[in-house]
Amino acid sequence: MDRLSVLLMGFLSMVLVNNFVFTKFLGTCPYLGVSGRLDSAFGMGLAVMFVTALSGTLTWVVDFYILTPLGLEITRYICYIVIIAGAVQLVEMYVRRFFPSLYDVFGIFLPLISTNCVILGICLFIDIWGTDNILEVVVLSAGVGIGFTVAICIMAGIRESLQLADVPECLKGAPITLITAGLLAMAFMGFAGMIKA
Amino acid sequence: MSSEVESKTGVYKETLLAGLWKENPTFRMLIGMCPPLAVTTAVKPALTMGLSVIFVLVCSSIVVSMMRNLLKPHLRIIMFTLTIATFVTICDLFLRAYTPAMSEILGAYVPLIIVNCLIIFRAEACASKCGVVVSVLDAIGMGGGFTIALCILAGIREVLASGRLFGIEVMPSGFVPCLAMQMPVGAFVTLGLLLGLANVLTRKKGA
Repeated sequence: MDRLSVLLMGFLSMVLVNNFVFTKFLGTCPYLGVSGRLDSAFGMGLAVMFVTALSGTLTWVVDFYILTPLGLEITRYICYIVIIAGAVQLVEMYVRRFFPSLYDVFGIFLPLISTNCVILGICLFIDIWGTDNILEVVVLSAGVGIGFTVAICIMAGIRESLQLADVPECLKGAPITLITAGLLAMAFMGFAGMIKA
Repeated sequence: MSSEVESKTGVYKETLLAGLWKENPTFRMLIGMCPPLAVTTAVKPALTMGLSVIFVLVCSSIVVSMMRNLLKPHLRIIMFTLTIATFVTICDLFLRAYTPAMSEILGAYVPLIIVNCLIIFRAEACASKCGVVVSVLDAIGMGGGFTIALCILAGIREVLASGRLFGIEVMPSGFVPCLAMQMPVGAFVTLGLLLGLANVLTRKKGA
């Protein structure tokens, strides 16, 4: 029971309180680029969720069982990059083979993802937090992916309505998106009181 | 002969200057947006970040440009990222050894330079097509533009959030610090307004 509540807290904290987009600014590029339409934003979010959960877990396993015992921490970043690229490739092939309809939804985003900072970010942060339990790692990395999906979908919804708004000429496009993101970040700060440290 | 030399220096100069304003990665191209938001709570970390990016960008441009004829198209991106990851590791170890406090502040954002779209974008768009000299100049220009953007943003945020610049008091004593500038909100809104300003400036120039 105790463990379950820890996991649940960790998950909620990743999705809402420590949302990677709003508090750590990771994944801002796709966040600005793909959030124009709701359906493509959702596709991107799904793909990111898939890959974060997979590569977060894989990098942790490699780090914990191979790199640390062998004293190869110096090659950590290079290994992470290779693992992420491999995971992305694997997911792409798997989805194309077995779920062609799903591939149409988020297949085009997959190659873009290998350079998405959310993915490398979660691998690095798991390392920094010093998590030593595989269940926690899975929950945390899936939570980050879901948090990204939530953030990008909210943004896409707002941007669809923004098209009808009368925005000053010079702020059209990216500037107004950033300002909106700032307001959203402020709103998400309200969740900070939810979990007591 | 002399005209050829002249046109060559012209190209060099143009490549060097393009990154500073006309193709400024942060304000005009909107690439590599994570560090400008994340490390700009004060000028010092922003400057360190900018210099690290310049180092990685220049080194990886040299390597990518030298091996550009050997690259297979489908293996290109992974070769770029591996090159970049190597230099980022060097940079990270260097920072950890010589400026441990700064390395602590920047934390995971130094290794995150690996996936900074700016560096991969320059490797793809310039270094894999041009010779070493042009690539290096382009890298310095782009990195310089990126650093300047970071410092402007960090300067505004640091002054408004704490009334200090480089840790030195600059505002009059009646100044009320605006804590929101230190939080994520401040980062997003300041960058948004700066982008708006950049749009106004370019439009004026064009007209």
